[in-house]
Amino acid sequence: MVQLPDPDPEILAARDEIVAALRTLIAAPDGVIDHPDEIKPYETDALTAYKQTPLAVVLPETTAECSRIMRYCHQRGVKVVARGAGTSLAGGALPLQDAIVVGVSKMTDILDVDYENRTITLQPGVTNLGVTDVVAADGFFYAPDPSSQLACTIAGNIGMNSGGAHCLKYGVTSNNLLGVEMVLPTGEIVRLGGKHLDAGGLDLLGLITGSEGMLGLITEATLRIIHSPEGARPILFGFATSAAAGACVDAIIASGIIPVAIEFMDKPAIHATERFAHAGYPLDVEALLIVEVEGSNAEIDDLLGRIQAIAAAYEPAYERIARTSAESLAIWKGRKSAFGAIGRISPDYFCMDGTIPTGKLPEALARIGAICDDYGFQVANIFHAGDGNLHPLILYNANQPGETERAEACGGDILKLCVELGGCLTGEHGVGVEKRDLMTEQFSEIELDLQRRMKRVFDPKYLMNPHKVFPLAEPLRRLEAAE
Amino acid sequence: MTGAIFRPETAADVVDAIRDGQGPLAIEGGGGLKGLGRPIQAAATLKLDRLTGVVEYSPTELYVTFQAGTPLADARQALAEKRQRLPFDPPDLTRLYQGGGADGPATIGGVVAAALSGPARVALGAARDYLIGANFVDGSGNPIRGGGKVMKNVTGYDLCKLTTGAFGSLGAITATTFKVLPVAPAEVTLALVGLDDAAGQAALSAAFRSPFEPLGAAHLPADIARLIDAAPGEDALTLVRLEGFPESLAYREQAIRAYLPKQADILVLKDEASAALWAAIRDVAPFQAPDDRPLWRLSTAPTAGPALTAKLKSALGGSAYFDWAGGLIWFAPPTGAADAGAAIVRPAAHAAGGHATLMRAPEATRAAVDVFEPLSAPILKLTSGLKAQFDPKGRLNPGRMYAGV
Repeated sequence: MVQLPDPDPEILAARDEIVAALRTLIAAPDGVIDHPDEIKPYETDALTAYKQTPLAVVLPETTAECSRIMRYCHQRGVKVVARGAGTSLAGGALPLQDAIVVGVSKMTDILDVDYENRTITLQPGVTNLGVTDVVAADGFFYAPDPSSQLACTIAGNIGMNSGGAHCLKYGVTSNNLLGVEMVLPTGEIVRLGGKHLDAGGLDLLGLITGSEGMLGLITEATLRIIHSPEGARPILFGFATSAAAGACVDAIIASGIIPVAIEFMDKPAIHATERFAHAGYPLDVEALLIVEVEGSNAEIDDLLGRIQAIAAAYEPAYERIARTSAESLAIWKGRKSAFGAIGRISPDYFCMDGTIPTGKLPEALARIGAICDDYGFQVANIFHAGDGNLHPLILYNANQPGETERAEACGGDILKLCVELGGCLTGEHGVGVEKRDLMTEQFSEIELDLQRRMKRVFDPKYLMNPHKVFPLAEPLRRLEAAE
Repeated sequence: MTGAIFRPETAADVVDAIRDGQGPLAIEGGGGLKGLGRPIQAAATLKLDRLTGVVEYSPTELYVTFQAGTPLADARQALAEKRQRLPFDPPDLTRLYQGGGADGPATIGGVVAAALSGPARVALGAARDYLIGANFVDGSGNPIRGGGKVMKNVTGYDLCKLTTGAFGSLGAITATTFKVLPVAPAEVTLALVGLDDAAGQAALSAAFRSPFEPLGAAHLPADIARLIDAAPGEDALTLVRLEGFPESLAYREQAIRAYLPKQADILVLKDEASAALWAAIRDVAPFQAPDDRPLWRLSTAPTAGPALTAKLKSALGGSAYFDWAGGLIWFAPPTGAADAGAAIVRPAAHAAGGHATLMRAPEATRAAVDVFEPLSAPILKLTSGLKAQFDPKGRLNPGRMYAGV
């Protein structure tokens, strides 16, 4: 298990004082939660192997309240963990005992919808899917689509630079975020970007996107909205080998077609989802591809025809074109319920999130299989094949003594493999606590120190999410000694 | 600028040059963008034009790594051979400056350092969106890697985006890795003739309210259109660019007309004719040398563009055109004003919710007025603070963006 820093006894002892002070900073009578029963939902996020009870939870409603909270915590030396909906798979919202949680669940106003400029401005507690819900009737959508999009918030999406299945064409959060208002750890309120493109000065907007709640609290966001295409439909392929599926993806891309999504599932993932979702997936293949394209009906038919012709060279054992939106939904149904399906067949699982250059897929799958065999775990692989983002799901049972630790070690070895193959530790989930101690696999100490020092520019007392992303202890002491 | 010129041939040489040297360093690639930014006083120049070539290119994995001094033209050529491209359509702006590009070619490193994106930026994203890896050497001579060669990567802070547009003030870029995309087999541009600025911009917004994915959206007032060889006729042109497979393109070209103003005559430019026109818009051909008027680049919400431009023209005169659906304005006031019109341009841009960069002006003007958008106190503090982490002694392009940064 990743080590968490010891709580500061002085802060723990001052809990009542801190809670009382927080109550004076916000208007809503129910905006500060300190009752143990009510705090419980905030003890963990979707990385449920870790739990920490925070001092208190604060749910501000306005930017001014956020500013007062941050100013107070900065002056009082109280740690702050920002939280969206708590869907992080990396422990991004995991609190600390001597920290307060600042949640965005009361900041859900839509402030401006501007179709002529293709922007929406909102408070960041709005859910990802909630954004599209606002604009869908007028033909628009918000492109990033993480699996948790029903629950996860824009605040969390910005914090973790969330992606999704469709980012091969539309990019991730950072590519669809035009501006923010944020409160710095010192309580100062700043604006970065807006409805215009390419904000002036250094690209601080790019820096804070994906900074995992370590550089400030997002209080408002301006997002790019896009007019939906006329339609979108997928084709489903089954292949006898993962290598054939991988080669087929390469050939599609080489032909000049960029599908809106290319999703890959291996045999264990196919079987688990089919049993759960009954999507009609073939069970006798080693690999399944879902390739989706967009446009008018005729354009879709044309593109799917081209893709079919390309795939023929790789002898798919199974293929099924969606002709209607109902058939499209049926094909996506399995993939979208994959995580839930794995949850049914295994008491617990870790969802890993490495990225590899796409050409390394067959090698990666073979070696991931070998790693999991060595540890004695089953693994199912789901892969955003167009962009190289790999989600191996390691199935384990937390009730077996020592198994959580072994599953974590197994996951660590998989991520080290991703780095070795020219990829990275995390494609869209973030580092959080989960991958914190693996950062030395990808970065030199000099590079990590630079990033820690960057954090200090925003957060001089290192109070925001201080236990995340960068390995702790020694380097922090060194930084402090240097000051 | 005086003093020694270092022209390293490897990234290791760049490390040595920074580690072993003393005093401020001017960092440049080909040198063609020297006229962009505040003038700097440097003891020596670190010129990266010998760091050239493709390091790694994997067309099926959609990434390419160039050494930073690779000429933009060479980079385009390498990708074109595989029918791919840099989707943000980087411009060559060296011909805006005195010498007309004679100082040296536009380089990939310069494109990144100055965050230059072309007309496709409005549809596909900017330089910062496609830079997935950047190697640079910080002010202490440490080689630093940002990102990598995969397009989805949230491991640590996004140093690639921070490096893009930092004008070498945080590090000397040695190599850059981009996500690349295929070139569409065909393109077409619909040119609406004779609309005024406001009607032109409205047509561009309307095009983006269609499901047909415009790749480019620009408006050229008549005086500008006449300066561009590839622009047909003598009237204002409002341009909507589409690309795709031929059958699809034929369909979209017809279907999008339902979203455009009914009364306007529409000319159709295909393939080479279309590409030539957009290249001129991209490279700011109407204002290239020997034109030496001050030149501003304003970024605003697209719908705010026409009124902002009208305000600037009525106060200062000059000429302007619009890209990015109206949100990018190239504005050249007449020569003469000591501040290049800054006293008018800055507050007007600010009031319109955007910002402005003084892309070209005499050196004395660039020393006297802000070249880049002035920063609020807390943002300036963050900017100076970050500079101090990357370059504690303030040696890399000091003052190129902001005094003291």
